[in-house]
Amino acid sequence: MSHKQAGGPPGESAVDWCLYQLNGAAEFEVSEADIISTVEFNHTGELLATGDKGGRVVIFQREPESKNEPYNQGEYNVYSTFQSHEPEFDYLKSLEIEEKINKIKWLPQQNAAHSLLSTNDKTIKLWKITERDKRPEGYNLKDEEGKLKDLSTVTSLQVPVLKPMDLMVEVTPRRIFANGHTYHVNSISVNSDCETYMSADDLRINLWHLAITDRSFNIVDIKPANMEDLTEVITASEFHPHHCNLFVYSSSKGSLRLCDMRASALCDKHSKLYEEPEDPSNRSFFSEIISSVSDVKFSHSGRYMLTRDYLTVKVWDLNMETKPVETYQVHDYLRSKLCSLYENDCIFDKFECAWNGSDSVIMTGAYNNFFRMFDRNTKRDVTLEASRESSKPRAILKPRRVCVGGKRRKDDISVDSLDFTKKILHTAWHPTENIIAIAATNNLYIFQDKVNSEMH
Amino acid sequence: MAGGGAGLTVGTGPAPSLKRGAVGEAGEGAPELAGGGDSSGEAVVLQLLLYGLLLSSMGEEEGLRQTQLLDTMFVRGLKRKCFDGEEDIEGTLAGIKAIPSYNLQRQSLLDMSLVKLQLCHMLVEPNLCRSVLIANTVRQIQEEMTQDGTWQMIHTQSTGQASLDRLVSTDILCRSSREQAEGKHVSGYSAFNKDFEGDQAQDSSETMSTASSVQAPRNLQSNVWEMENPQENKGNFQKSLDQIFETLENKSPNSVEDLFSEVDNSYYDLDTMLTGMMSNTKMGHCDGLETFSSPTATASNSNFKSDLNELDHIVEILVES
Repeated sequence: MSHKQAGGPPGESAVDWCLYQLNGAAEFEVSEADIISTVEFNHTGELLATGDKGGRVVIFQREPESKNEPYNQGEYNVYSTFQSHEPEFDYLKSLEIEEKINKIKWLPQQNAAHSLLSTNDKTIKLWKITERDKRPEGYNLKDEEGKLKDLSTVTSLQVPVLKPMDLMVEVTPRRIFANGHTYHVNSISVNSDCETYMSADDLRINLWHLAITDRSFNIVDIKPANMEDLTEVITASEFHPHHCNLFVYSSSKGSLRLCDMRASALCDKHSKLYEEPEDPSNRSFFSEIISSVSDVKFSHSGRYMLTRDYLTVKVWDLNMETKPVETYQVHDYLRSKLCSLYENDCIFDKFECAWNGSDSVIMTGAYNNFFRMFDRNTKRDVTLEASRESSKPRAILKPRRVCVGGKRRKDDISVDSLDFTKKILHTAWHPTENIIAIAATNNLYIFQDKVNSEMH
Repeated sequence: MAGGGAGLTVGTGPAPSLKRGAVGEAGEGAPELAGGGDSSGEAVVLQLLLYGLLLSSMGEEEGLRQTQLLDTMFVRGLKRKCFDGEEDIEGTLAGIKAIPSYNLQRQSLLDMSLVKLQLCHMLVEPNLCRSVLIANTVRQIQEEMTQDGTWQMIHTQSTGQASLDRLVSTDILCRSSREQAEGKHVSGYSAFNKDFEGDQAQDSSETMSTASSVQAPRNLQSNVWEMENPQENKGNFQKSLDQIFETLENKSPNSVEDLFSEVDNSYYDLDTMLTGMMSNTKMGHCDGLETFSSPTATASNSNFKSDLNELDHIVEILVES
């Protein structure tokens, strides 16, 4: 493989990724609450939101370009931090409800304010983020500190004037969508109509209106009448990017169901079922577990879907239900280790996947702080590492390799040396540019295309 | 060592874990081991038992490392060796490598899965997806074992002592079914099939019913799964696990659906049934996993049962000592 890595737009030279910035404490200072649990760019890429296990949301804003400081171009600085969810206790079941943020989804911006939805296992909240950079001065009845003036000192009336002040970012919870889910919410997705969104838990999917919190419509319910018969759960779901009536949900058995809300109120019957028949020669007791889809994402074009299961990422054409059009091996060397991975529960890790802006490259995380990119056009793939040691700022990331016995090159890592506690579950790709955000435990890595960053 | 017993290679890999319950294990495992049925197979088993006792002094660290080696060992070249009935046993005890039989490993996977499902050492609601996937795995194994007829055999023999003892490395189960089919011999069990045909359906899930046992061992688990000093906890661990499986086996046998059975219609019940976790984080830290070598050559059934009884007897003696 050439040293040029996958990731460029078709026809142009491949992308060299380099570390742009790294946020987060060093490893020995990590507390459980700091572990990042979700990462999401907004629709323009100007804002990047992260949620963590402690229920906090941190929003980064990209610095606008300026000719004065060329090297600070496009840096993502902390814009706002707020506590989205608090731990709760379910008294009925005597169980805690974790405050961990499972998903964040941005709403398309419709005015000066930004809005996002954040969810933990049970409750979804709509947050409005506004800026305040001016404040009124010159009140008649109050003085500068807000104390009431002595009326005898007021001799004339003045109109308060807006004066500039230091930028203040205010975040307010505008809606709280509670009590909609019995099971754990795993996905939320905003509809292209910008009015509704859906939330999916293990067995049900609800449709909400963004303005109405006391009511939601159940659109999918796979709970069996007899819980003894439960064999399949919902693992992820998403609305189609353009067709407001279509959505897809994935299951623990590796199938995808495309549903059309025009067909009926309850979309238990799918319109299309995407399922690849099992390869009988590869069958083992772990076949089902590794086929469970952990993430599904529509392409920006809306023509394809990307799914991630334990060992592969697959691209599906919406028009073909029988099998994916492309399958990429993420870490096939783990296939012989499934027993150990089952025993230590790693086999249940849920990795996410992402498209780049032009749908030509797909990305997903792996173990040992590795993440993988696959170029759909050139069919080249690359393994990169998100770690402090191997990422000097502005230095180009070196591709990594995992060797599986046989010839071993220098700098290769053997399968047995992989650190399975360092998993990259959450990754995000800027909607238009070659900028990626990688969450490694409590650290947020932002990598940029070297060419991209040098051009400014 | 008489040839033709079984293709056996006992390695330093799995051997250390033989220390735990290797002897007790032989009782239950014997039917599979002695699939060879002839005296040479039996002798091999004995040899391995002794080997296990010898190696019981190996430390935990060693066991850990060996389990990690296990994965590679089993991936490479096991295909040909494992179920090859023709190979002679090589050399000294130290030179032979252990290969757990498919059935033993399957049993181990089953036990591990059941343990995962039962442990409810959590304040937070368990992950339903994970529980469902584990339960499906248990069902798969149960179905396959019922078809094999091994289900009955195992459960008439076990006395509640066995489950942890029978945990073996299950890496062989990662191999594709094609590879396994090449070597797998189930003919050794045909004799048992005939005997137990009648009871199959009822007995099939004795260990599966978890209806109320989840609550009982709850307190035990909090001690049991502190893996800090596995050596010290070993004894407690075994006992606690024994208790779980005893209570399980005492339940009226239903089916694996008991895992999901409801007292009333609320989610809470599934919650109770499916809670479970295993908090091992380090890969290869397979305290509970053991390997056991076995000759798996084609059965000659005639001597099977008598061998079995003799083995039991021998095992008892070894245990006492």
